[in-house]
Amino acid sequence: MAEALSSAFLAHAMSGLMAGSNTVGIGANSPIPAAAALLAQRHDPGMRVTILGSPRHNPYTNGGAELFDFAAEGRLETFVLGALQIDGDANLNLVSVGDYQAPKVRYPGSFGSGLLYYVVPRVIVFREDHSARALVERVDFISATGSSPPGVHRPGGPAWLLTGKAIFRFDRSRARFVLTSLHPGVSEEEVRANTGFVFECDVVDAVEPASAVLAPSSRVEAPRIAVTPSPARRELDWLAGPIADELSDLYPAFAVRLRAAAGDLR
Amino acid sequence: MPLTDLVELAARVGHGQCVAIPSDVGGVSMAATRALVRQGVRDLHLIGVPTAGLQADILIGAGCVRLIEASAVSLGEWGLAPRFTEAIRSGAIQIRDATCPAVHAGLVAGEKGVPFMAMRGLIGSDLLRSRPDWKVIDNPCADMADPIVLIPAIRPEVALIHVPLADREGNIWVGMRRELLVMAHAARTTLVTAERVSETSLLDDPCLAPAVIPSLYVTAVALAPRGAAPIGLYGEYGADEAVLADYARVARSRDGFDRWIEAWLAANACDDRRAVLAPIDG
Repeated sequence: MAEALSSAFLAHAMSGLMAGSNTVGIGANSPIPAAAALLAQRHDPGMRVTILGSPRHNPYTNGGAELFDFAAEGRLETFVLGALQIDGDANLNLVSVGDYQAPKVRYPGSFGSGLLYYVVPRVIVFREDHSARALVERVDFISATGSSPPGVHRPGGPAWLLTGKAIFRFDRSRARFVLTSLHPGVSEEEVRANTGFVFECDVVDAVEPASAVLAPSSRVEAPRIAVTPSPARRELDWLAGPIADELSDLYPAFAVRLRAAAGDLR
Repeated sequence: MPLTDLVELAARVGHGQCVAIPSDVGGVSMAATRALVRQGVRDLHLIGVPTAGLQADILIGAGCVRLIEASAVSLGEWGLAPRFTEAIRSGAIQIRDATCPAVHAGLVAGEKGVPFMAMRGLIGSDLLRSRPDWKVIDNPCADMADPIVLIPAIRPEVALIHVPLADREGNIWVGMRRELLVMAHAARTTLVTAERVSETSLLDDPCLAPAVIPSLYVTAVALAPRGAAPIGLYGEYGADEAVLADYARVARSRDGFDRWIEAWLAANACDDRRAVLAPIDG
């Protein structure tokens, strides 16, 4: 696949991470997550999806605070958060690079992460730009911590990190991200070279290569990492059709790109 | 009679006052923003409820702001807020970083007349460390140790909003934007611009009344058709995407911002006085 993965591929990958949720919330300025949630809902029509800013998918009637109240009560099972910097402990920085008081780079701010990262059980951290600039050893400012010490009310937290190159799962026992799948055409070396934190990998149960019988030395192969599944034809049809249509009022430019990206993958 | 014009409305905002403003998605008074810039108000303490966007960026660029409190300041789809970003980098303004539910919690405490509201999350973050006014206590209602954050009440001097509909008694209808009700309840004064004025009381209609801020809280209303433009207004009109994209590009430089604001004020030179002069149709 091309260097920049298409929106349709990432939306499909993210929809898989949402599967099984009863309630999925999507924040503002989140076109790929919105497409992902609508795709997940196609597979599971009972899933409740709320998309901030969407006239059709925003059922809240108690103003801007209601989503946060809904989440704080434990009713929201899945939410997608983006961040400017993410570290291997899953701390998120949405604020600044460099000294907070005199930043080199200033970004908009923490949005709802200061609560949602703590109370939503399945947070998907999403950063399309997979680079050592984005995935760092230690974030410069912690908008929200990846984990909390015992005794701190913490029903929620990170479950997944999806980037333009790979998927990591969050291992709560060790409080670290673990590489779990590579997008098609991406190597483990490429991910390591573009990731500022150290990480372990989930290795797929090694299937003995057929050649091993003939050449036992070839058993000493690098451990294999799963490949992120690509969308099926039916899913591309949904993304390019009804899902792009549903998102066209909220994200008109994105809907055009989504139709094109899904078309390319088909 | 709270119906007035934009000049008189904006004159009620004094130097150094704390002004709560909505996020770009619902109810930003860009008409009053022009009046504030023309008036040359200084040293405002803006509170984005819970975020801020173009309005804050323009007020910052025009030198009206000393301090901004918000969970984010951005132009959304159009990118970073350029004058905000530059002002933080240069130290021209101060920021109190927040998170959306903390702003809502502070306003709820404000409307209830209690000193604080508790909220979950935040523990261990630099966001919490950056806010010495947010206090961590041990939950006194729990059996075990349970640290929890207290957000002090927010009582803005002014809530400045734009709404679709007002009536001659000074009642205003906010539709789905119920956070505007909380802002008005918490603020000491509420200044409103409206798309239209109804000749009948909004409280007479049981379908409208639950989303009405009653005149009890409303200090002044000025008529301002398309008063949120170039931002959109829910249920009324969308954002002017070309204007916002142009702003996001040219306002990255000081000169570009100055030229943009001059042109914007000139293009709306006559908007100040038409409120009470224009014939009103409900």
